[in-house]
Amino acid sequence: MRSSRTNYTGILFLLPSLAGVLVFVLLPFADVIRRSFTEMPENKWAGIENYITVFQNTAFQMAAGNTVRFLTVCMPLLILSSLAISIFLNNQTRLGQLLKSAYLVPMAIPVASVVILWKVLFHQQGLLNGLLTAAGSATVDWMNSKYAFWVLVFSYVWKNIGYNIVLWMAGLSSIPASIYEAARVDGAGEWKIFTRITLPNLSKVFYTIVILSLLNSFKVFREAYLVAGNYPDESMYLLQHLFQNWYRELSLDKLSAAAVVIAVVITLLVLPIQKAFYLER
Amino acid sequence: MKKKIVLIILALMAFVMCYPILFLMTGSLMGKQELIEHLKPMLVEKPEGFITMGLLPVFPTLKNYVQILMDSPEFFVMFWNSVKITVSILLIQLFVGVPAAWAFAKYDFPCRKLLFTLYIILMMMPFQVTMLSNYLVLDHLKLVNTQLAVILPAGFSTFPVFIMYRFFSDIPKEIIEAAQIDGANALQVFRYIALPGGSGGIISAMVLGFLEYWNLIEQPMTFLTDPKLWPLSLYLPEISAKTAGSAFASAIIGLIPALLVFLAGEDYLEKGIMASAVKE
Repeated sequence: MRSSRTNYTGILFLLPSLAGVLVFVLLPFADVIRRSFTEMPENKWAGIENYITVFQNTAFQMAAGNTVRFLTVCMPLLILSSLAISIFLNNQTRLGQLLKSAYLVPMAIPVASVVILWKVLFHQQGLLNGLLTAAGSATVDWMNSKYAFWVLVFSYVWKNIGYNIVLWMAGLSSIPASIYEAARVDGAGEWKIFTRITLPNLSKVFYTIVILSLLNSFKVFREAYLVAGNYPDESMYLLQHLFQNWYRELSLDKLSAAAVVIAVVITLLVLPIQKAFYLER
Repeated sequence: MKKKIVLIILALMAFVMCYPILFLMTGSLMGKQELIEHLKPMLVEKPEGFITMGLLPVFPTLKNYVQILMDSPEFFVMFWNSVKITVSILLIQLFVGVPAAWAFAKYDFPCRKLLFTLYIILMMMPFQVTMLSNYLVLDHLKLVNTQLAVILPAGFSTFPVFIMYRFFSDIPKEIIEAAQIDGANALQVFRYIALPGGSGGIISAMVLGFLEYWNLIEQPMTFLTDPKLWPLSLYLPEISAKTAGSAFASAIIGLIPALLVFLAGEDYLEKGIMASAVKE
C-alpha cells in the first residue's frame, strides 16, 4: 500500500494514538525542556544553571553512581546466567519447556505480594539470617547496610531471568541446525562450535536483550520502594528514588533538568538498536 | 552424569523462582497462633531467634481469607480499583494502539520512520523521566487525583503498539492486495485481515500489559493522593501480630488474577517477549 492515494489512510489509523502521545508526553516534555532552562518562580532564562545544579548535587551524584553500578553488576549477571541456562534448556524438550515456564512465573507475581516474602527473608531476624546462623556464619543486616544493594540485584535477576531466557532461546532456535551439522562433520569441537557459530549468530538478539534488560532494570524501583520506602539504605538509593523525592519536594527546576539529561542518555542508547527493528512491509 | 547435576541445579532454581507463591500460600492458610509462632522475631521488640516458615501449614484454615473478604471493605475497594484501572488501560490500548500498530506495519506516510523511532524511544523511558511531563498536562486538565491520571498516560503507552506491530508485519501483503482487488476498503482490510491475522499479537500485548498494569506502583503513588482511589498494588498491610494473616491472604488474592492471566496466556506471553527480539 505504498501508493500516493493511500498515503493519508495510514495517518488516520495512527492519529488517535499519536494525538494521545502528543498530548500526554511530547508537548508537556517540550515544556519540561523549556523549564529546564528557566529559573522558577521568576520564570526567567537561566541558561544551563539548572543543569550545573543537578550535576553538582551530591544526591544526584550518589544516585547516578548507584544506578550505573547497579546496571554494570546486574545486567552482565542476568544476561550471562540466562544465556547459560538457555543453552542447556535448548537441548531439552519437555523438561526444558517446564523449567522455562517456572522461570517465567516471577513475572506474574505482583510486587506488592512478593514484598511480604522479601521482608520476612531479609529481616534482621529473618529467614536468611536464620539459615546463615545455622550454617555457622554471622548475620547480616540486609536492608540497612551495603547488602541492600545486593538484595536489589537478586530481586532483579529473580524477576527477569525468565524473560531473558525466552529471548535467548528464540535466538538459539533461529540458528539453522544444518550449520551445526556441517561443523560437526568438519570435526569442530563443542567449544569451537559455541564460539564460532552460536555466539556470532546471537549478536542481534544480544543487543535486544541488553536494551530490554535496561528497560526492565528501571522497574526494580518498585521492589526497592515497597520494601524500603523513599529513603532506603544509601547503597540502593537510585535515580528513581531521587526523581520521586524531587517531585514530592516540588524541586521542579532540578527535576526538569535531570529528566532531560536521562532522556538524552536513553535516546542515545536506544538509537543504534531501532534501525534493527525496521521491517520491510 | 554432569548433565544430571546441571539439571538438578536448574530444577532447584525453578523451585526458588516459584517459592514465593508457596510461601504466601502457606502463610495465608495458617491460623493466627501458628503464624505468630513463625514470625515472632519480627513482631516483638527484643527479638530472639529467627523467623521460620513451614513448607505447609500444620493446621490449615481459611480464617484469614474470611477475615479479608468479610471484614476489610477497603480491600474490596482497592481490588475493584485495580480491575477498573487495568481494564480501562487495556481497552484504550486496544482502541488506539491496534490501529496505530497496523498503520506502522502496512502503510507508508510522511515521517513514518521518524515517528516509529520516537515510539521506540518513548517505550524505553522509565516513568520517572516522563513523570513531570505527565503531571503538567494532568494538572492542566484537572485530572490529578482522579484515576484517569493513571489510566490515560498508560493507555497511550507505545509499548503495545510496538509488540503488535511485529505481528502485523508478518501478515503477507499478497493477502491484503488480493482483498483490495476484490474491492475491500481500508476499514474492511483492517477488520477482516488485520484483526484476525494479528490477533496473536494483540493478545500478547494484552497479557504483557495486564501483568504490567496489575502491578502499577509509581503512577498511582505519584498522581493519586486519596488512598480510596489506590489500586491493590499499593495495599501493603503492616505485618503485625494482628494483621499478619490478612497480609498473607491479601497477597494471595492480589496474585490470583495475574497468575490466571499468566497460566492462560503463557504461550502468548512468550510470543510477545519474542516479538521484541530482532528477527534474524
